[in-house]
Amino acid sequence: MSLLDVRGLTVTYAGGAEAVRGVDLRLDAGRKLGIAGESGCGKSTLALALLRLLPAGARVGGEVLLDGEDVLSMKWGRVRAVRWAGASIVFQGAMHSLNPVRRVGDQIAEPVLLHRKATPAGARKKVGELLEHVGLPAARAAAYPHELSGGQRQRVMIAMALACDPRLIIADEPTTALDVMIQAQILRLIEQLVADQDVGLIMISHDLAVLAGTCDRLAVMYAGRVVEEGPAGQVYEAARHPYAQALSAAFPRIGDPASRFAPRGLPGDPPDPSALPTGCTFHPRCPVALDSCATEDQPLRDAGPDHRAACVHLATEPTAATALPDPRRGQAETPPDAEGGQTGSSPDAAGEQAMSLPDAAGGQTKSLPDAAGGQTKSPPDAEGEQTRSLPDAAGEQTKSLPDAAGRLAEAPPDATGRQTKAPPDATGEQTKSPPDAAGGQTKAPPDATGGQTKAPPDATGGQTKAPPDATGGQTKAPPDATGGQTKAPPDAAGGQTGAPTDAAVGGLDPLGETRRSGS
Amino acid sequence: MSTSALLTVQGVHVTFPGRQGAPDAHAVDGVDLDIGAGEIVALVGESGCGKTTLARALLGLVEPTAGRVEFEGRPLAYSGRSLKAYRRRVQLVLQDPSGSLNPRHTVYDAVAEGLRIHGYSGDEGAAVAGALARAGLRPPERFFLRYPHELSGGQRQRVVIAGALVLEPELLVADEPVASLDASVRGEILALLLRLRAELGLSALVVTHDLGLAWNIADRVAVMYLGRIVETGAVEQVLTAPRHPYTRSLLSVLPEAPGEPVILSGETPDPSRIPSGCRFHARCPVLASGEADRAGVAQACRSRDPGILGGSGAAQVACHWAHAVAAERAGTG
Repeated sequence: MSLLDVRGLTVTYAGGAEAVRGVDLRLDAGRKLGIAGESGCGKSTLALALLRLLPAGARVGGEVLLDGEDVLSMKWGRVRAVRWAGASIVFQGAMHSLNPVRRVGDQIAEPVLLHRKATPAGARKKVGELLEHVGLPAARAAAYPHELSGGQRQRVMIAMALACDPRLIIADEPTTALDVMIQAQILRLIEQLVADQDVGLIMISHDLAVLAGTCDRLAVMYAGRVVEEGPAGQVYEAARHPYAQALSAAFPRIGDPASRFAPRGLPGDPPDPSALPTGCTFHPRCPVALDSCATEDQPLRDAGPDHRAACVHLATEPTAATALPDPRRGQAETPPDAEGGQTGSSPDAAGEQAMSLPDAAGGQTKSLPDAAGGQTKSPPDAEGEQTRSLPDAAGEQTKSLPDAAGRLAEAPPDATGRQTKAPPDATGEQTKSPPDAAGGQTKAPPDATGGQTKAPPDATGGQTKAPPDATGGQTKAPPDATGGQTKAPPDAAGGQTGAPTDAAVGGLDPLGETRRSGS
Repeated sequence: MSTSALLTVQGVHVTFPGRQGAPDAHAVDGVDLDIGAGEIVALVGESGCGKTTLARALLGLVEPTAGRVEFEGRPLAYSGRSLKAYRRRVQLVLQDPSGSLNPRHTVYDAVAEGLRIHGYSGDEGAAVAGALARAGLRPPERFFLRYPHELSGGQRQRVVIAGALVLEPELLVADEPVASLDASVRGEILALLLRLRAELGLSALVVTHDLGLAWNIADRVAVMYLGRIVETGAVEQVLTAPRHPYTRSLLSVLPEAPGEPVILSGETPDPSRIPSGCRFHARCPVLASGEADRAGVAQACRSRDPGILGGSGAAQVACHWAHAVAAERAGTG
């Protein structure tokens, strides 16, 4: 039996904000689970819900089994006994969680006195032991919180959490606002305690890098759901969900030339829990969203051994798993490029293209996004039917059929697998913007020089294709339906869109926003 | 990297008097630092190392006890009038955008405040719109009448940056500009700083505890410990081949650093009781392991101050052991 088994946990606040929307988690004794996510993703609400610490008015559903006993259906007396003794929380911001007018020793002693029915002398002795356990001299029990540094206060909080020998410790941002050196000290302390006492640890943080370095498993939350869950190293180094990828890439690796002068983020803001987007809640910010993402909610799918992620691309293209590129580069931000251009169809990128296999019906599904976060077009199978072929030299327009899944399938008929559609302009490169989130289907007018714009397929799988222009330059630009994202129009040369280049800053977008562009 | 320094700091000391007979706190204890035109310098250190005090000294918010700050070769004058003129050209971006915006001012008022203080004679609306657009809030008119609580954290920080940009400064001093922002938003704000440098030739001093931030955007990095810069040089050099034991241990505790982390015990000492000799010697892992002794510098570490590093762009380190190792290599090689 697992130490903690959370099943279908939901939390809705009184105002209607769905902070947690169905979370399943398991944790065994002696193991460390990290929960990562941005502010507002529901991770702290989840922590509070585990011990029924939410304000009155919040509706909680599902089950929280602690050693097989459902915390959510316990009587209050039992809940009070479970708190501290069964599971305890280290809150974020030790300054605000400690009572400023009471000595820290008395604060640590309080749960010992209440739960262990200890004598005052026994409690004092226990406090001394606990303080030494977390690396503070026992004499500091007489100190007030303001007399301690931030790191020392956090040690006091950890000593308090350990006071009644709980089976489970929930640490909510235990090292946020601490210096790196103090953070390293505290993390090492927590690791030692978990190993020595065989307790389970749930560590909540926005810092994926810290969690990956400390925990065994990682769960990445977005808008109240777990969108990816798996072994810590895999989730951090080879995330499958685009959000987990972006979060992972937001932490620069010192020494990695790809992140030098190329800070990466994710455009847009986390969604408002009381007005969540339809379909996959991540789709408005997703660099590789399909039209169907706006309407279809994505369940967690298997993404390898013991690894799950909630992304449509896992379902459509299982074979492309091996072609999934280095996740650090799979981001919206364009890394610096010598030419400052897009490498989406350059020879090296073409080599990385995910090869997709024709499906049973002979249609081709779209392969996973390539390293640049753009969309990869799969080269056709020699025999396989293609749902779409390239325009011929005479400039005829070829309209393809949507495949069975109703998704865009494109394949240049080039046996080498290279993109043959690259325009012959100076950069020789081509950009394809992802389908528009709203799924509107719009054909953009050709630009002045005959460069051309292609609309993404709509949600029903229809597909539009513009005729090839005389120069062969071809640009696909999704219509802007959301109004939130500004998309670059085809440029005057008809060559390239989506990645305005800046030699000095290596491909940073002038809006300062990361782009849905390939690199 | 530019050779002409826009801002020069020479031998700056900032000392705060101790209360009730306590010894004085030497928050900044002798710092030389140059910032060239169009250069982004990261000042890295833990809390309490004096990095924010140094930034405040650069802005004229605190007068150095000794030493001087020069802007374009002219020493900073501390009269109200000349400071006002100076602050038009050097602007501050604070850490917490929620705390540094007045909740009852609209975005327009927040950005226009600098223009009003400095008696801007041109078109105020156009200047505000231009600054907002440069900070990535487009279309700017949509944000004019918003209040800070209606904006996300990243948007608020952009408003703060727009307020700093509206007077068209030459130098931006940013104190932990992304520390309070979510990871995904952080990259966007850093990209904005890089873009402003590319477009406007803006110089910046970024004060941070985050070495990854320095790797992301800075040309040069200065690592500060207890009131002094202990290692400085180009980012590639200092962060990939650190020479000072303090810089090494700071890098080693980052989650993805290779090798075993070197976790220093204790915390940065009290700036009112700076250790003699090298100020890092009491916590120095190289001295503790006996390596400094083998290099024959252990005595110097305990008794001799390694001195103040020059402010120029050259790679320098204030460490007897690093110098001894370098000298040995030069001797054998």
